[in-house]
Amino acid sequence: MSYTLTIVILGTILLGSVAGALGCFAVLRKQSLLGDAIAHAALPGICIAFLITGAKHSTMLVLGAIIVGWLGAIILSIVTQQTTLKKDAILGIILSVFFGFGLVLLTYIQRLATSQKSGLNQYLFGSASTLLKADLWVMGVLGSIVVIMMILFWKEFKLISFDTAYASSLGYRVKTLETVLTMLIVVAIVIGLQTVGVVLMSALVIAPAVAARQWTDRLSVMVILAGFFGSISGVMGALLSSFFYQIPTGPVIVVVMSIIVIISLFLSPLRGIVWEKVRQYRNRKLIYQKKSLYQLWLLAQNHDDLTYAHSITTLEALGFHWALASLQQLVQKGLVYKNKQGHWGLTQQGVTEAQRVAVAWRGEELVKERPDYD
Amino acid sequence: MIEIEIIGIAIVTTLACVLPGVFLVLRGVALMSDAIAHSTLLGIVGVFFLVHQLESPLFILGASLMGVLTVSLTEWLINSKRVKKDAAIGLVFPLFFAIAVILISKYASHIHLNSDAVLFGEIAFAPFDRVILNGSDFGPKALWLMGGILGFNSLMIGLFYKELKVSTFDAGLATSLGISPTIMHYGLMSLTSITAVGAFDSVGSILVVALMITPPATAYLITNSLSGMVMMSCFIGVMAAMVGVFVSLYMDISIAGSIATVTGIFFMLGLIFAPRRGLLTRLLVVKKQRISFSLRLLLVQLLAHEGKASELIENTVANIINHMRWSNKLAQHVVRLGVSKDWLRHQNGRLFLTSLGREVAKREMVRF
Repeated sequence: MSYTLTIVILGTILLGSVAGALGCFAVLRKQSLLGDAIAHAALPGICIAFLITGAKHSTMLVLGAIIVGWLGAIILSIVTQQTTLKKDAILGIILSVFFGFGLVLLTYIQRLATSQKSGLNQYLFGSASTLLKADLWVMGVLGSIVVIMMILFWKEFKLISFDTAYASSLGYRVKTLETVLTMLIVVAIVIGLQTVGVVLMSALVIAPAVAARQWTDRLSVMVILAGFFGSISGVMGALLSSFFYQIPTGPVIVVVMSIIVIISLFLSPLRGIVWEKVRQYRNRKLIYQKKSLYQLWLLAQNHDDLTYAHSITTLEALGFHWALASLQQLVQKGLVYKNKQGHWGLTQQGVTEAQRVAVAWRGEELVKERPDYD
Repeated sequence: MIEIEIIGIAIVTTLACVLPGVFLVLRGVALMSDAIAHSTLLGIVGVFFLVHQLESPLFILGASLMGVLTVSLTEWLINSKRVKKDAAIGLVFPLFFAIAVILISKYASHIHLNSDAVLFGEIAFAPFDRVILNGSDFGPKALWLMGGILGFNSLMIGLFYKELKVSTFDAGLATSLGISPTIMHYGLMSLTSITAVGAFDSVGSILVVALMITPPATAYLITNSLSGMVMMSCFIGVMAAMVGVFVSLYMDISIAGSIATVTGIFFMLGLIFAPRRGLLTRLLVVKKQRISFSLRLLLVQLLAHEGKASELIENTVANIINHMRWSNKLAQHVVRLGVSKDWLRHQNGRLFLTSLGREVAKREMVRF
């Protein structure tokens, strides 16, 4: 494995796992789009750091991004408290205005006579191939701090993610905890900016958490899974984009991550949409069968023989347009028979079963007193 | 001449964005404009691969459909109850946008579409793309396109103003009046999509968001009526566009970025100085109320000790500062206000009620 490739893989594992893990708290606290705003807000921070230091020094750029991203988060919370504006409008303002200002600075930097090709453009869509060992160190140190803080404040963060009112009634300083958590999310986002880019970094915060949520109901498992999904898509995305020239890394990572989300949404055993549809289909089939049984039993009440057969048109006239299919299923179960005239009736076993359904639906008393009553 | 055309395009684009933006902000779906603006890019790329040109009407239609598709997909995700609203928005559009950027960088980087232009757009180049019929020049294409979209937006919002208003402020009432909230919602989303598609060329996807959300949000801080908000947002938008273009031409920086920055500055100004809801205004009101309340408190205190032996000690400025734990400054403000209202007399550090002040104090006693 080449040296560059090792760095790229290590870097993407780092950023994917940290962003994924911290993203869980953002998603659970319904602050998913905060990440979008912070990531966009970081762009002017990177530019300002470049303007001040005059060089592409990764520590400085990251610091600039953290400070300005953090400023965006602070403005968000102040404006939310002080106005009646809807939160998403404020998010949109911060996101677009900071980004616009970032563009102003970016174009300004590009036109500076002194600056060689600054390469700050790569921060828009990300480029894993520009990762250096020095970047890796910065990412590693910051990432470790974030993860250690998350583990230290695990109980507190868990509490404010699910029940802030309870947390403050227990005497926790919810405001301070929220601030710390937001700070950690800012750092987690900034770590990924160079590789994923400011435009799509938010997806790497939201998507792993959403995917992980589908597989578990436990926060600890969710955080670990999200970190895992994040790093897998980071590595896959970085590798794919380095195989195909000209493609920025960020979009590829997002596509890989989205595929994981789609698989999770549809196929996770716990909440998968496919399984839900299957369950719904099975339940409906069972209910139709029970209805058919019950209806045949009701119709037979007018005859001495409870196994008396009726034409399917009687059932269909009652609105049971699905009657044929469920009657056929019941024949296979041995609860219903079809006679030579093509009429359908209950078998002995079917009568017992239908009686059970009737009791379950109408209560024992009513069934005994007035069996033909619907 | 080119500068005037740039300003013209900027103003028309801003107005076209602001009109649907007002309703997006009021309905709490402002970030849908972000999602739509990003997703239409995939529509733009898709149509481009199909018809290989950027100028057919099919182009706007196809790309707008992508915006509406994003909205419905996001809502489907929310309705599936597996993903919360904010997360759902943040899942769908990054995917579409990512696919679009990949397609552009892989297959279309040599043509007009490149991923930078998509994000920022460049009004500076718009005047060079002109409408020329029979050899005569009819001005920049972008001006006609955005002018058309502005006209369409004004027409639709003008026609359905009442319906939009009712369904925005009271969805229940709207339904009972026979106005379908779904049709209104998707109608607005379609307008947003069409506008985003038209504007991407000149201002880029993210600046569409700045123009759609920021001027209406600023107007929201200032005015209380819908019509006022529409007019105020248009005014703020146009001002921001003009200032933004001037600054950017002067400093040779991104025009769209500069306009977005100016809208942000206007928002900050509105946030601080808005007549009723501004931070500064509210700060002043609170201060004023504090002084006025303290004065009434002081009057009651003076009345209680008036004519008693303790009057000499109690009814002095020094004692008030001591007892009520007021700061020197507050005490000064309070006494000055009392004197100016002719409720108090201030002599050598001692305070006396005037007859008017006594009346006020008695009334306040009852209220306390």
